[in-house]
Amino acid sequence: MRRYVEGAVQLLGPVALVVVVGILSTTVSSANRIYFLNALVSVAMVVAIYVFVGNSGVLSFGQISFVAVGAFAAGVMTVPLDSKKGVLTELFPLLRDHSIGNIPSLLLAAGIGGLFALVVGLPLMRLSGLAAGIATFALLEITHNILQQWTKIGPGATTLSLVPQTTGAWQATLGALVAIAGAFAYQRSRLGRQLRASREDPAAAQGIGVDVHRQRLWAFTFSGALAGFAGALSVHLLGSITTDQVYLELTFLTLAMLVFGGLTSLWGAVVGALAISGLDSFLGQAEQGVHIGFKLDLPTGSRLVFLAAIMALVLILRPSGLTGGGEFRIPGLRRAGPREEAPAPPA
Amino acid sequence: MIVAALDFQTVSDAVATGAVYALMAVGIGLVFGVLRLVNFSYGQLIMAGAYTLAFTSGWPVWASVSTCFAVVIAISLAMELTVFRPLRGQSPAVMLVTTFAIAFLLQAVALIVDLRNDFIGEVATSISALNEAITVGGVEIRKVTIVAIGAAIVALVLLALLLTRTTIGLHTRAAAADFRTARLLGVRVNRVIMFTVVLSGVLAAAVAVILTVQVPLVSPDFALHDTIIVLVGVVVGGLDRLWTATLGGFAIGFASGMINGALPTDNTVYLPSVLFGIVILVLLLRPAGLFSWGRRASAERV
Repeated sequence: MRRYVEGAVQLLGPVALVVVVGILSTTVSSANRIYFLNALVSVAMVVAIYVFVGNSGVLSFGQISFVAVGAFAAGVMTVPLDSKKGVLTELFPLLRDHSIGNIPSLLLAAGIGGLFALVVGLPLMRLSGLAAGIATFALLEITHNILQQWTKIGPGATTLSLVPQTTGAWQATLGALVAIAGAFAYQRSRLGRQLRASREDPAAAQGIGVDVHRQRLWAFTFSGALAGFAGALSVHLLGSITTDQVYLELTFLTLAMLVFGGLTSLWGAVVGALAISGLDSFLGQAEQGVHIGFKLDLPTGSRLVFLAAIMALVLILRPSGLTGGGEFRIPGLRRAGPREEAPAPPA
Repeated sequence: MIVAALDFQTVSDAVATGAVYALMAVGIGLVFGVLRLVNFSYGQLIMAGAYTLAFTSGWPVWASVSTCFAVVIAISLAMELTVFRPLRGQSPAVMLVTTFAIAFLLQAVALIVDLRNDFIGEVATSISALNEAITVGGVEIRKVTIVAIGAAIVALVLLALLLTRTTIGLHTRAAAADFRTARLLGVRVNRVIMFTVVLSGVLAAAVAVILTVQVPLVSPDFALHDTIIVLVGVVVGGLDRLWTATLGGFAIGFASGMINGALPTDNTVYLPSVLFGIVILVLLLRPAGLFSWGRRASAERV
């Protein structure tokens, strides 16, 4: 029983934070709302990456491939039929002649993301360490290259536009919550605990019967599904997308969010995503000139300097991230049951 | 068709690209050897050197080039003191992401400096004389191609001598083989690391000189793409040893040069997919590196 109470407390932090941001987004002007919704979509993406990277301790630069695939799948399938035949002329007839609604497109994106991850994960999950990092990076390059060139499945190098902008406050909040709930359920399940055991000590985990390859594959697949879903949320938020928007810079930014918050906890993923997106939006505003008691007007381009400097500073001074890699706790509340140690960063 | 295109010109260009990438691979591999840190911001060192060359275009060549070396070495020392040293002993993920952040930081600073004259990109002209072509046996070869290959060979030979014939080189190799034991045996680790960082800075500056001759237009993402390719190359080659890393860097530079020269341009749109597909295949078959024969995969070390 107390175990469940502790679990509920751990989930409370991320959920409360997301709900607060969701509510705040409805109180600000519509010009500023996009920043809040963007932050919520980032939460979904970072949580998706966390499901694999955080639980397995294997670094992956490839998760944005699944975001990209999800975004383009959902985008291409929801462009209204009458305009689709005009702009996306080279598509396969099946894709060109059908369109689906908003919710089915989110599910489709999750399905395709998961399937893609399962297929590429089968061989890739045999790797670990640097080899895994480079191989997943190669996956990102291949996905980007194909999406950019193959005009039978998407817009190619041009911008995909006219995507219905259905990700509002409701969907962004719910989407982030779905990702958080999924990730939380996974990490407390038998599968999740086996994978986390293998992160701490692969040899010992194997010794007690954990099939590391299979557990990593499950996490990779689930992470791919969530990433595809997050990609769909993102494309429905922006209304248009290019292949370069789901490539190196997003990979860097989302990974930085995860490491910044704390690589090994769901709480860290959520805090990192919200902190960095908030900072990014604020600095973007400050470049235009903003009043915070005094007038703050930063030179153009200094946004990235500050962002990178703050990130480097936190990583150097507090390498386990803002949250220290532990789950959310209410300070002063006595811990119940066996302690779940805040694990050391993966080796 | 392909055979016909494999002329001397293509081969010499590919060798030159391979040589430059090999130099970068050594720079990255040296630091990885002692610090176990994959320095993603290595390309920004080269970028800083290239900007220095661009801003000192009016100066005499020797002054411009030595300023470039001084600036790059200073930045890499500053990096070691403010970033690498506090991070020592952290997990590879944290170190890699931190160097990501440093890379973006330097790139953002470069963008602001560059944008003072309201357009992106500066031109480095002081040493562009090297870009002239000379004709050898009916084939036009740019002087810089010869310089690149020559510089790479000289640098590698000097490095080999330095690492095998000097005390500090011996200490460096000891630290790379087993950091903790080397320290116990009295190797002054900080000196070794400083030495390595300076060496890798020297190599970055040399690469900056060669690359700015080839591509005189310097922008904030100068050498970024090359660095990514070289990082892939060194891991494919095998990052655990300097020679395999260097070979990997050379191989990927040579391969991309050859394929680029040999294929007609309309067939190369899927070239990255093929190249990275091969990379994945090699990693699956030989996770410890293509050239690391007879060594067990050391997944736990990295």
